[in-house]
Amino acid sequence: MVAHLKSIFNDAGKITLFTNRFFKELFLPPYEIKEFTKQCYIIGYKSLPLVSITGFIMGLVLTLQSRPTLADFGAESWLPGMVALSLIREIAPVITALICAGKISSGIGAELGSMKVTQQIDAMEVSAINPYKYLVVTRILATTFMIPVLVIFADAVGIFGGYVGINIHDDVNMFRYLAQVLSSIDFIDIIPATIKTFFFGFFIGLIGCYKGFTAANGTESVGKAATSAVVATSLTIFIIDMLAVQLTDIFF
Amino acid sequence: MIMTETNNNPTNAANGAAPVIDIRGLCKSFGKNNTVLKGVNLTLAPGENLVVLGKSGSGKSITIKCLVGLEVADKGEIIIFGTDISAMDSATLDAARVRIGFLFQNSALYDSMSVRENLEFPLKRHSKNLTRFQLENAVKETLDSVGLLEAIDKMPAELSGGMRKRIGLARTLVLKPEIILYDEPTTGLDPITSREISELILTLQKKHKTSSIIITHDMACAKLTADRIVILKDGVICAEGSYDSLETSKDEWVQSFFI
Repeated sequence: MVAHLKSIFNDAGKITLFTNRFFKELFLPPYEIKEFTKQCYIIGYKSLPLVSITGFIMGLVLTLQSRPTLADFGAESWLPGMVALSLIREIAPVITALICAGKISSGIGAELGSMKVTQQIDAMEVSAINPYKYLVVTRILATTFMIPVLVIFADAVGIFGGYVGINIHDDVNMFRYLAQVLSSIDFIDIIPATIKTFFFGFFIGLIGCYKGFTAANGTESVGKAATSAVVATSLTIFIIDMLAVQLTDIFF
Repeated sequence: MIMTETNNNPTNAANGAAPVIDIRGLCKSFGKNNTVLKGVNLTLAPGENLVVLGKSGSGKSITIKCLVGLEVADKGEIIIFGTDISAMDSATLDAARVRIGFLFQNSALYDSMSVRENLEFPLKRHSKNLTRFQLENAVKETLDSVGLLEAIDKMPAELSGGMRKRIGLARTLVLKPEIILYDEPTTGLDPITSREISELILTLQKKHKTSSIIITHDMACAKLTADRIVILKDGVICAEGSYDSLETSKDEWVQSFFI
């Protein structure tokens, strides 16, 4: 028990130092713009199909599941607003972040872990190239900026999924549906939900990089780095979400 | 320590020039009960090929990793080009690293990059004034010197073991280092390819006038490349001399390397 606690605190200390190094290296030249752009393409653009399918299904299913209950109260007209609010405030950010934890965080963990095991990171270091700057800073920045974009995209696709869901039973015009969606949401719904996605993105990149960069030698550690990155990131996403909701509740 | 006659003693080989690497009393432990190096003293003269022999786990690789700062020594001095690396800040250490090439045991090619990109990667960062044309020429010239110009657009996964070693060597050479550290350059290769790599090491050393530390278990490679051989045992250097002199050593343990 004591050893387990010691290991948790040890890990917490190491990840704090790792984060501290990120902020130190972030502002120092050289700036790896090309690698950052490449990572934005991989993390953002290449995740679009997955996020689109998930977003569409979220909107569709939420509409179909909520409809009977609202119909019992004769409140079907609230359906577009309710679906949009649920998606924007909570479901799209959290589900998209969890999907990205599975795809991106584990991918980064496995990639950097395998680079570490095959001494590619050492090779960069002996060539006087800062591997932290090239591999870690670029990936964390890319996830921090791309996850919010993916979440906004998932919001839009989810709302479209809701439209399809409603039209399975009723015949609702797209403009009317969108008018109802827009009248029910406010900036106060969008801004805190978007701010928290930057934190989701930051931790998806940070934990993936940390697990990969600190992988032990041996191929087994590559698998461990990928798996533990997903587990730790998913847990962190829920904790950040809880804190974000509490803070939003206090301030707004 | 067993001292035998050397072909190329660090002092006389360099005609009195100061050694490019001078290691004094190097100690390194991993945990409380695993002391790997217990006071290694080593010098490398300009233009010299020094082969380091020793059993697996005797600390050969750790010694050269300490030289480039991949491992931090617990005790001792590592003087490279006249400066102790423990006194270097990160910028000075990086400047020294550019002058030292390191060939990893598994070549450590960046597997997400093509051969061309592997060579361009360090070059772009350390020779920023090069035009696209000069960059291309430097890459092609280096690949040509290891005889693999035709592999320029291949990915590392498409290369054989011997080709990977050659490309690894080309990536090391592209920055024109003054010292090259080879970590088991012929391990895992067939005897013919091993000989080709050993000959290539020798050719490149003569062409670029580099100094080299070669860690190997391959006695054919040692015979071909070594100006001087040191043998590590129990964390210290226990024998030193030329290949021929060590081969005729009366010490049983030294002899066991040459059987």
